Order: sequence, then C-alpha cells, then structure tokens
Amino acid sequence: MMKNINIMIVGVGGQGTLLASRVLGTVALKKSFDVKVSEVHGMSQRGGSVVTYVKLGEKVHSPLVEKGEADIILAFEQLEALRWLEYLRDGGRMIINDQKIDPMPVITGKAKYPENIIQKIQSSYGNVLSLNALDIARQCGNIKAVNMVLIGVMARSTQIEKEVWLQSMKEVIPEKFLEVNLKAFEAGYSIFS
Amino acid sequence: MKKLMLGNEAVARGAFEAGVTVATAYPGTPSTEITENIAKYEDVYSEWSPNEKVALEVAIGASVAGARAICSMKHVGLNVAADPLFTVSYTGVNGGLVIMVADDPGMHSSQNEQDSRLYAKSSKVPMLEPSDSQECKDFVKEAFEISEKFDCPVIVRLTTRIAHSQSVVELGERVEYKLKEYKKDFNKYVMMPGMARKRHVEVEKRMAALKEYADATGLNRIEWGSKDVGVVTSGIAYQYAKEAFGGVSYLKLGMVYPLPEKLISEFAKQVKTLYVIEELEPFIEEQIRSMGIEVKGKELLPAIGEYSVRLIKEKILGEKPRNFTPLEDNIPVRPPVMCPGCPHRGVYYVLKKLKLTVTGDIGCYTLGALPPTESMDTCVCMGASVGMALGMEKARGKDFAKKTVAVIGDSTFVHSGITGLIDVVYNKGNSTVIILDNSITGMTGHQHNPTTGYTIKGEPTKQVDLVKLANAIGIDRVRVADPFDIKEFEKIVKEEVQAEEPSLIISQRPCALLKHVKFEGLLRINKERCKRCKLCLTVGCPAIVDKGDFIEVNEALCVGCRLCTKVCRFEAFEKAGDNDEKH
Repeated sequence: MMKNINIMIVGVGGQGTLLASRVLGTVALKKSFDVKVSEVHGMSQRGGSVVTYVKLGEKVHSPLVEKGEADIILAFEQLEALRWLEYLRDGGRMIINDQKIDPMPVITGKAKYPENIIQKIQSSYGNVLSLNALDIARQCGNIKAVNMVLIGVMARSTQIEKEVWLQSMKEVIPEKFLEVNLKAFEAGYSIFS
Repeated sequence: MKKLMLGNEAVARGAFEAGVTVATAYPGTPSTEITENIAKYEDVYSEWSPNEKVALEVAIGASVAGARAICSMKHVGLNVAADPLFTVSYTGVNGGLVIMVADDPGMHSSQNEQDSRLYAKSSKVPMLEPSDSQECKDFVKEAFEISEKFDCPVIVRLTTRIAHSQSVVELGERVEYKLKEYKKDFNKYVMMPGMARKRHVEVEKRMAALKEYADATGLNRIEWGSKDVGVVTSGIAYQYAKEAFGGVSYLKLGMVYPLPEKLISEFAKQVKTLYVIEELEPFIEEQIRSMGIEVKGKELLPAIGEYSVRLIKEKILGEKPRNFTPLEDNIPVRPPVMCPGCPHRGVYYVLKKLKLTVTGDIGCYTLGALPPTESMDTCVCMGASVGMALGMEKARGKDFAKKTVAVIGDSTFVHSGITGLIDVVYNKGNSTVIILDNSITGMTGHQHNPTTGYTIKGEPTKQVDLVKLANAIGIDRVRVADPFDIKEFEKIVKEEVQAEEPSLIISQRPCALLKHVKFEGLLRINKERCKRCKLCLTVGCPAIVDKGDFIEVNEALCVGCRLCTKVCRFEAFEKAGDNDEKH
C-alpha cells in the first residue's frame, strides 16, 4: 500500500489558506485518491494562526497531520513557517512566502519578530523554496491571489498534470475571480522552472 | 457521483436525501455550515432562528405536523435548547426529528468543551456519531428512520474534526417524503402531569427497545484483527485509533447511546486487553465498567482537549515523543484579532480610555478582551453581559453602575439579551447596554439575523427595530452612534453611564468584511509628520506596525477605514499613492 501524502497549509487567518486547501482536495479527488481536508473555521479565522491539513492516499483515516509527518508545508507567512516547522518530516519540502505579518504581541512590543527566519530554516533544512508571492500576486492584478501563486509553485513540484490543477481551480474558484487566480497560478508554476 | 464534502455539508445532503422539508438553526461554530448548505436546497424550508430553543421548537412543530425536520446547533446551543429537548423526548414525534449537535473538543471557537453525549443519556434520546463525511450523510438518513420507528427525536453528534473535515461522499437521490397525517393527540402532545406520567412509561419502553436495536444495527460493527487488543471507539477517535493501533480488533460504535451491551460483552470476551478511546468524558468507558467489564481508558488518556494519533501512540503504546530542537526558543504567539476596519475597534478604544468595567458577550467582539484593547471583563455565555451588568450593580451599588457597561452583538442581543434588558428595566437597574450592531452575525461567517432585514435565503423581511423595541420595554434613553466617530461616541457613553436609569446605546457600523462596505483607499505614514508618539498603536489595528525607529502601515492588511486618522494628532496618516491601490 502506498504511503499517504501529508500536506499542510499554514498562514494567518484571512490569507486564503482555505481556498488553497480546497483546490488541493479537488485535485486529489480527480486523481482518484482517498482524501481528507481538515479546515479551521470560527474564531481563529480572525487574523490568528491557521493551519489546514490535506492528506491523500489509498485510505486516509485521521484528517490531521502529526508532528514530523508533513511531506510538504506551504507557508503563507514567515513566522508561521517557523511555528509549524516541527511538523515537517525529515527530507520534507517547505515552500515559504516571504511575507511578514506582525502578530499582536509584536505590534504591542511584548515580543520580537524573529530575524532571518528563512535563512535559518534553509540552513537547517535543505528542501526549502522561498519567494515573494505577494509581489507576484500584485503583478497578476490582486494581492489576494497569493494563495494561487503558492499552489502554482507546489503544483510544479508534484507529478500531477497541470491540466488537473487548472480544472480543479475552475471548479472551486468563483467565476469572477478565476482569471486573476489562473494568472497567479501560472506565475507560481513557472517561477522555479 | 462522488464529491468532496465537509462533514457539515454531508449532513445537509443527508437531510436533503431523507426528504427533510424543514431545517432550523442558530449559527455556531462548528455547526454553522450544516444549515448554510441546507438553505441551498430549494425544496427545503430553512431558517436562522433567533436562538437554539426557538429553532428546536420550530422543528418540533414541523415534526408534529407530519414533516421530517432537522435542527442544528453547537454544543452550548444544546444548553439553550435543553428545555424543549427533555420534553420532546416524552412526546415523541410524528415526522422524523433529528437534532444535530457539534461539540468542540480543544475549544477552537468555544467557551467550554462540554460533552453532549451526556445530554443523550439524561434526556433519554438515542445518539449517533459519524466518523467521516460519508457517515455524516448516511447516519443522518438512518437517524430519521430510527426517529420514526421508535417515536423519538434522535441526536447526531459531530465534533469539530468531523464537522470541518472534507472527505469523499457518494451522493444519492432525494426521497419524496409524504407528510404524515396530522391528528390531534392530547395524550401524546400535551405534557401536563397526567399525560406526562403515561408518556414516561413509554419512554422507558422505548429505551429498552433501542438497546436491542443497538445490538442488531449495522451502525455498530466489529472489525476483527489481532485479539491481543480490542478497542471500543467512535467518531473521530476511531480514525485516530485506526492509525495508532493498526491491525488490532475494533468495536466501532456508530450509535453511542444507548450502547449495544451484548455486542460489547461478546467483543470484550474475545480480546485480551480492552481499551476505550473517546475524547472528553469517559462516557462509554463508565458504562462498560458498570457492566462489570475491565477496561482501560481515562487513566491513560486525558479528559481535556483533542486526541491525535501521536497522543494515543505515546500514552498507550509507550512511543517516545519525537526529538525536535526548535530554531527559535520564543516564537511569538498569534492570537486572533479584530479585522482591519472592524467597527468594534472604535468602541473598545473609547471603553478603554474611559476605564470602564465591561461585561462582555459571545461574538467577534469578545476579542476586545485581548491586548491591546483589553477592555472586556467577563464572557460567560450568549446574552450574559446584560444580566451580569445588572448583577454587578445590585452587588456594588449605583456608583459602580456609573462605571460599567454591557456590550453585546446584534445577533446575540436577539438570541438572549432582550430578556436580560427587560430585567434591567423591571427591577429598576441603571445599566448601560451597548449593542454592537454590525448588521450581521459576524464570528460564524456572516449569517443574517432578525436585525438585518434578510432571511437565510437572502429574501427581504421585516427588520427588528431596536430603538422601538427598547422604548417598548420601558427604556427612554436610547442613543444611536457611529463607533468611528470617536469623540461623539465617547461623549454619549459618558452621558449614558451617568444617567440614573437604564440606557441603550446602539453602536451602528457594518462589519468591514461585508461586500458592500467600501473604504476610500489605503493609507500610509508621512514620516515627516509622524512624531512616533505611538498613540495609533493603542487602537490595536493589525495593519499598524511599530518598526522601532518608525511606524509603518502594512499595505497588505490596511483596508483604509481611517480610524487611525481620528486618533493621530499630527495628521501623519495620508492616502497612499494610486499605484498602491488594492484591486
């Protein structure tokens, strides 16, 4: 039996992690995997630290990814990359958007935002890609499309055909936002080629 | 057809396929999406009720009238609906009646982590518990069959990880359910002592019959593996146990009340060591132990919070925790915050400035208790702010009331704040209540309520007039104010807390996340004008950042609400250039 693939999408509530996980879930379903996507709703969505888990394989039981078992972590923000690092398995891949969003303890001066997060993660873990997805999304026409830039980066590093990703996006994303999101996906898809 | 569905969405589908025609709910995480999804089916009447008690009463009415009805709520909502629950257990049903309740172990978005299974036992109502989205759909359909067969409501219990996980569901067809005949039946539906005594006898007979059903139904199943270990489990805990224990034997319970005693005894006889894996209370464990069967459970696993595969592996299988050295010792926490542009921020800025005692309530605005606003003193349950303000006044006197306000959201006020406010008037309190009217039910993700003027299906309807309502119950001092007009708002709060009679302030400004809310464009800091006094940081906007040497506006977060400009004394916030505009 093939091993399940464990993916985590981490970020700050409001960054669009939910939509990213829904695209991912749809892709998995199209490839006839068993799949579970565990989401966060309610209070944490209001600017808190958020995580969604996507697990796929022949048979998925627990919807949660455990510490040290994530094959891929898609981090929408630097500090969140650092926070969830413990979940990455040895040799797992992390894709980091280099955006920074100060949490309230930093804003109020009670804590400091750690420095050089990406370099630190890169020097301890080889398999790390970082990019300025916010800039890319802005160039594509909407900074909210950061999520699809990152999905694009991730798509490139999987074996799954590009067409399946595009089709899944068309099913999940509302018509009026589709064009800019497809553009953002393409930009992410080609950045590390 | 196969579809990826949230547990909640699958419940909605199950209700649809079962021929439900009436669905009611009050929104509450993690149950909200059930009724949001049912509302998409044209053939089903659905409503956001003012609270869970009303929601259940409407569903009971529909059932008695012969329809299949479903009523959904979060765990604490069942406390509100407990009154009708305990007696509809006696009356029984006509059309099938299913009550969905979503528990929140780990308290992702709740004020406590009570275990609703105990309600099933104390109200003598059968309870099912699915363990993925497919079972959510199947169990809801089965629940309607049980409800009609045994003449009782059926509770289906979810937990957050079931309600909010998507998994694959095979869709079916809707059955056209024919309304059952409605017959006046005084002995069944009028619960006065004489009739209720007879109905209680029926309830006990029914529970005995349900015990037999539990032993026979396919909802409970044994999965034989190695007989060294046997695991009795249900719901999400089943999924964790399967991954943690692997190829042992499982008794997977789909019906968690009443328990299948014969099945449990047979299973227990055949395995060497018996475990119960269940989150929260030792509900199954205690019942098994009372059958005289030796079982392990809560002496190894906690009654607090959520479980995981790793937790089971460490606590029961003795696996060592994974070694991990963090790259940083102190990673700053990221608690949730009020959104940029949130109307509540203006209210809390004023309340903090005036150093008032603030009794609080349940909603996005509960975040006002956290730094930097830190201006909420209490939060207990829906509607508690109003009664607690009066209680404080009665304990500490009028002068204390002059330094106290209650804050409550528009939806929460209708849910259970109105009765508290009537108490204030009736019992001669001086309390000042602020309704934070943001034109929507915010925290649960924008549901309409009786103050918004729209139904769950977006149809226009009558709108509760809060001013007239307050006048009608005897409040003469009613003020309506914009919380972003900070000066005026402060003046009004000062006047009203001083008044020696009850007053109501309606703080009116729509939620910044509503689609029709538009601001004038983003801001940035003019570094020459900024004196770094940091007064702007006290509003607690996540978009305003202290960079040490200077203050910066995070353009990815700013929505341009301009609350900061009302606080800044040096006009240091200015409109960002057109090139920086958000699209």
